[in-house]
Amino acid sequence: MTGAALPRHGRAASVAPAAGLALLVLAFLWHISVGAKTIPLPVVARAILAYDPEIFDHLVVIDLRVPRAVSAVLVGAALSVAGALMQGVTRNPLAEPGLLGLLIGASFAVVLVVGVLDLAAPGLIPLVAAAGALAAAAVVWGIALAAPGGPAPLTLVLSGAAVSAFLGALVTIASLLDEETFDQLRVWMTGSLAGPDRAVTLWALPWLLGGLVVALGLARQMTALAMGDEVAAGLGLNVGRLKALALAAVVALTAASVAMAGPLGFVGLVVPHGVRLFAGQDYRLVLPWSAIAGAAYLLVVDVAARLVLAPVEISTGLVTALLGAPIFVWLVKRRL
Amino acid sequence: MTDHTAPASAPLPRPCRLSVRSVGAGYGSGSTARAVLQDVSLDIPDGALTILVGPNGCGKSTLLKTMARILPASSGAVLLDGRPIHATPSRNVARRLAILPQGPVAPEGLTVRELVGQGRFPHQTLLRQMSRDDRRAIDAAMAAADVAQFADSPVSRLSGGQRQRCWIAMVLAQETDIILLDEPTTFLDLKVQVDLLVLLRRIAHRDGRTLVVVLHELNLAAAFADLLVMMKDGRIVAQGAVDATFTPQTLQDVFGLRARVLRDPDSGRAICAPVIDVPQAMAAQ
Ligand SMILES: Nc1ncnc2c1ncn2[C@@H]1O[C@H](COP(=O)(O)OP(=O)(O)O)[C@@H](O)[C@H]1O
Ligand SMILES: [Mg+2]
Repeated sequence: MTGAALPRHGRAASVAPAAGLALLVLAFLWHISVGAKTIPLPVVARAILAYDPEIFDHLVVIDLRVPRAVSAVLVGAALSVAGALMQGVTRNPLAEPGLLGLLIGASFAVVLVVGVLDLAAPGLIPLVAAAGALAAAAVVWGIALAAPGGPAPLTLVLSGAAVSAFLGALVTIASLLDEETFDQLRVWMTGSLAGPDRAVTLWALPWLLGGLVVALGLARQMTALAMGDEVAAGLGLNVGRLKALALAAVVALTAASVAMAGPLGFVGLVVPHGVRLFAGQDYRLVLPWSAIAGAAYLLVVDVAARLVLAPVEISTGLVTALLGAPIFVWLVKRRL
Repeated sequence: MTDHTAPASAPLPRPCRLSVRSVGAGYGSGSTARAVLQDVSLDIPDGALTILVGPNGCGKSTLLKTMARILPASSGAVLLDGRPIHATPSRNVARRLAILPQGPVAPEGLTVRELVGQGRFPHQTLLRQMSRDDRRAIDAAMAAADVAQFADSPVSRLSGGQRQRCWIAMVLAQETDIILLDEPTTFLDLKVQVDLLVLLRRIAHRDGRTLVVVLHELNLAAAFADLLVMMKDGRIVAQGAVDATFTPQTLQDVFGLRARVLRDPDSGRAICAPVIDVPQAMAAQ
């Protein structure tokens, strides 16, 4: 048996990273070429590799379209990795920043601080989002713990739904109080990559990269943790510290994503489960692949958001929800 | 790593690398604290199969977890190679002592090889992953537990006995001198239980590893134990060779079971036969 030395997914996994990255680059270029005016892929490539400010298309590519594509890459990777981590730590296939209330918690905190208190310092936004995500996670977990049977997968999702509905109502009320400010926030609140604020993106970047680095550093331990706290502790893991670090990474990744693009639901659910279909269960493969696939997924979704009803553009968050909800149903049927 | 080369004929008392000294342990803290173990002392003989029995809820799993440092001791100490195990770096312990907790569940889709590979965790670092040594240990463990033929199947698709052998392979891949197993035979057919215990005894006697196994099935415990330990209400009630401990008196004391202890005519092994009251009316018929 020639494949004896490699696990089931080993061979595919050793060839595929190059292919995965190539697809990501392709999705990136495609994303840039699509828009009010289609710019051919060769022009996009030239604008990036040999920028010429005299050419109008180059200006469009570099000034308008590349920032949006970069946001899609970063946010897609962050939400997917956060979802994969949450599924590992909670041993709950339905765990995801959106379903467990972290996205709405972060968004609510940002709305409160920006919309109601009128504090809009870009450096503050990721921090506020992180505090909101952490608080929402704590409340959702607390409710599920108090439920009979403890934090079972669907209990957590229900608890997340209740908290999301509550915070969503508060956001709506707040928006009625101050229509002017909220006109600006409205698109952001549905999850959009349309107008990434460069200053906010720059401030969110350290959170995002920090979260990714910590997550990838935990990959090996996450696989051991997936077998249960006691097995993991027996293998020499510090289970408490590992969970705390994973939570910190999830909160940082969620906060950065929300700061850049508002709440984009279901990305953290769809992408890691898609990845597991070909990469298996080992987090050393699941996490890096979630980053790559998540980036590509959000690029494609954002292309769809702009093409489906063109020239009208719909919010990216609406498309992630439209695609994600059926997959959620499929997961509930198959995995629970 | 170790210099524990036992003399050719081990004198009594046998050497022991793992011992429990007046240990108390339990769950919760503050007002919800609940003591389970009380003043438990036990020396685990090296290279032997120690079997732990006792009624449900008497604290067998609690003792095993405390011995493996995954549960703290509220009093006393567990000594591994003479040092308190709870004060030793966990990864360092994991290279000498492995534990298989009760009823572990593998994540769906994880293959047998991936599961067994987790046993190598304490031997790897972020920079040194999956060496040739790791692969050799994984293959050897899968062969020993007889699961090599399933290497690339998902664990969740195997039968109960096959799954249990996969977990044992994971613990074997850890290549520790001391192995603690919590009810590794529960829910298995009798034949599969016997096969598994034969395997465990071979690991102890042929490879010189130290095994502590919690068992439910009394007659199997009596058939395989080098040291039999009986627990009740968080205390050790009897410990010693089977002939000394497996008596009608201790069975009554520990399990509240009225039983006769018989001898297998061929092997001379002790077997317990519960005494079953036959109601007078039926007896008269
Ligand atoms: N995680 C836990 N939290 C609280 N109490 C526990 C926990 N695990 C076990 N117990 C209690 O401790 C006692 C001993 O349990 P255990 O050691 O599992 O018994 P055994 O393994 O002998 O059946 C039981 O009364 C049980 O209810
Ligand atoms: Mg038990």
